[in-house]
Amino acid sequence: MNPVIDVRALTKSFGSVRALDALDLVVEPGEVHGFLGPNGAGKSTAIRVLLGLLRADAGQVRLFGGDPWADAVDLHHRLAYVPGDVNLWPKLTGGEAIDLFCSLRGSVDPRRKADLLERFDLDPTKKTRTYSKGNRQKVALVAALASDVELLVLDEPTSGLDPLMELVFQQCVTEAVASGTTVLLSSHILAEVEKLCDRVTIIRAGTAVQSGTLAELRHLTRSTVAVSCTADPTSVAGMPGVHDAVRDGAALRFTVDEEAMPAVMRALAALDIVSLTVTPPTLEELFVHHYGDALPAAPAGGAR
Amino acid sequence: MTAATATAPRPAPPRAPGHADEAPFTGTVRLARHVLRRDRVRIPVWALSISGLIGYFSAVLPIAYPDPAALQARAAIMKDPSGAFMTGPGYGLDDYTFGRLLANEMVGMLAVATALMSIFLVVRHTRAEEETGRAELVRAGVVGRHAPLTAALLDVLVANVVVTAAFAAVMVASDLDAPDSLAVSVAIGVVGLVFGAVAAVTAQLAEHSRSASGMAGAALGLAYVLRGVGDARQLGGSALSWASPIGWAQQTRAFVDLRWWPLLLCVALAVALTALAYVLAGRRDVGAGLVPARAGRADARPGLLGVAGLSARMERGSVVGWAIGLVVFAVLTGSMGQGIVESFEDQPQLAEIFGGAGEGDILRGTLASFLGFFAMAVAVYVVIAVNRLRREEDEGRTAAVLATGVSRARWLGGSLLVTGAAATLLLAVSGLALGAGAGASVGDSSLAGQFALAALVYVPVVWCFMGLAVLALGARVAPGWVWLVLIASIIVGMYGPMMELPDAVLDAAPFGLVPLVPSEDPAALPLILMVGVAAALAGLAAAAFRRRDLTA
Repeated sequence: MNPVIDVRALTKSFGSVRALDALDLVVEPGEVHGFLGPNGAGKSTAIRVLLGLLRADAGQVRLFGGDPWADAVDLHHRLAYVPGDVNLWPKLTGGEAIDLFCSLRGSVDPRRKADLLERFDLDPTKKTRTYSKGNRQKVALVAALASDVELLVLDEPTSGLDPLMELVFQQCVTEAVASGTTVLLSSHILAEVEKLCDRVTIIRAGTAVQSGTLAELRHLTRSTVAVSCTADPTSVAGMPGVHDAVRDGAALRFTVDEEAMPAVMRALAALDIVSLTVTPPTLEELFVHHYGDALPAAPAGGAR
Repeated sequence: MTAATATAPRPAPPRAPGHADEAPFTGTVRLARHVLRRDRVRIPVWALSISGLIGYFSAVLPIAYPDPAALQARAAIMKDPSGAFMTGPGYGLDDYTFGRLLANEMVGMLAVATALMSIFLVVRHTRAEEETGRAELVRAGVVGRHAPLTAALLDVLVANVVVTAAFAAVMVASDLDAPDSLAVSVAIGVVGLVFGAVAAVTAQLAEHSRSASGMAGAALGLAYVLRGVGDARQLGGSALSWASPIGWAQQTRAFVDLRWWPLLLCVALAVALTALAYVLAGRRDVGAGLVPARAGRADARPGLLGVAGLSARMERGSVVGWAIGLVVFAVLTGSMGQGIVESFEDQPQLAEIFGGAGEGDILRGTLASFLGFFAMAVAVYVVIAVNRLRREEDEGRTAAVLATGVSRARWLGGSLLVTGAAATLLLAVSGLALGAGAGASVGDSSLAGQFALAALVYVPVVWCFMGLAVLALGARVAPGWVWLVLIASIIVGMYGPMMELPDAVLDAAPFGLVPLVPSEDPAALPLILMVGVAAALAGLAAAAFRRRDLTA
């Protein structure tokens, strides 16, 4: 099957500022694709090019096999977009804004709208000027999720939601994916991406620095181990593949390469483990790995 | 300042008298300074606009009514119940002078202006602050419970004093008697204070600033209608006139037989309402209203669901506002009709300046040239309306719409459809009101319909300015250029004849291209060409918009 989103060497400049620099991004049908990067990395710019709101300077951009600039309207019937900073018409109520978005995209499904309003706990009779950022975001989310589309483009959709609502959001996305929807989820909330995404593209300064499954990306970093044993575990610190060992009272804390893990575990088992925690590499560490030039402790990986 | 003040639920519990005296007002002076600083431009602008209105009329009226006989003809209209309803109780109509005219006809209108100023100022510094959450931040500091309200009321007091002083100065400078001028000025100032206090009360009741302004505005409208009905019933006003603060302001009999005491009624009412506002303020939480906000619609009406429907919804309020303003001005302008006829009979040379074709119908010719002024105002409206789309784009709402199945051309077209239709409506309404005012003045009921139609000859030129504004939007050129062209056109159109510019320039200026209907025959060719220009500008705009990046 052809990718839903296929971006090759996309470049976009604003004056002398190069916002996107030969960006590659491929999203396959049916997957939840995480689009990760710090603020200003170019996530929103890339999404706005995909939506035909900005024109690409160079490179190839394909959305459902079409050109998002030339065929914007046709393509937009097949997708729904939630911006990171939702701005609504202050004179409309939330319910009116949802109906408006749905009808401009296709048609309104009142049952689905009512169901989503209840799940997101949103009062649709209030004027949008009285809504908080989170509530404005809910309006855009409900409007997007109530539409029958093949692709959801979500630009940091949960930045204003509380944890309970984030959970609802995750359920809704999971349901949408189960029914065959493809999702592009831009975020810097790593836990969310870890929970939802099949594959991830990490963008930095307008360039994709990594792309792959979470498992593939985790290979790039080490698990963290904290262990205390009846016997002194210090000997483990010298094993190949073990790094950054620190004594912490009776416990020993260190990081370990994926391939060294079996040998290290065997050695620890022989020392009579009292307590053991192994933390898998988080995306925070991936971030540090890729954007960590400022952090002297981080290993000098080939970020560029 | 303890937790008890900050969270005061329902009726505040009784407290030690010594403590309660000063604490609620802590920080008032500092807040008042801050509030006045925020209004340091706003208040002078209001003062200049309100006093400038009198400057304008004192310049225009001697032209329209060059002698006592002409003024007397106007007085006759004001004796009529419909004239009295619109203006005032009619003191001194038997020997009308400029001062008496001003006291009788203008005080009501000016009092509405100061009342609106006061309502906006009070709501801006009380309910709007609470709505945005800034009040919470302020109240969390060392600031008493009543300090924000007190600061807002001080602000409104200063504003009305400034307006009163500026107004009195302009009146005295216009050679009017000082004591009576002062009475008229103080009258509009105290009405301002009354409605400032009304707004202080409604700001406690309503949860949203718009509802607070709306409730106070409704009270203002009621006050105007009460005195209107009262004055229409009986010369000098009846009981109903005395039921309205605006009525009190008009009962000073300035320039006839001055009395000050009716103004004390205004002061007393303002004090009583202020006290009520403080009582109400003490009974509610920060951010809460005593009257719960009304819920809006949970589902959209079908009419909203489209680009044009959305645009119409956004423009509705401002179109209504413009229509009201234009109608008031058009009726007032038209009501000078009889005076115009008579003055032109006396001074035929004036007729030439106003383009009346000598032998032709002077009144129609003059009114036709006045129509051009209203067309200029409508052109200002269309530029403002198109520039609203810039804000829509900058704030990301346009992107949200264009990310759905709406093309850029449809978005632009739907918005232009609404603005173009609104401009047409505003022109027709202005013409209708101008004709109706003149018709009432000279007793010719056919004028209203004639001018409503005649105003439509300006539709193409107004559309041209819409096209220009939308081209600037499409190509994302600074809107200043559009304003420059429009303002230059207005200046040439209004003052060109006085500046004795060559005829070629006058005729080539946009508003000069429009035939003076109904005194001239509508020439089709320039109108068709202008529609073509407007369409071409819109087409270029759509093409340019299709080519560029969205700003946000």
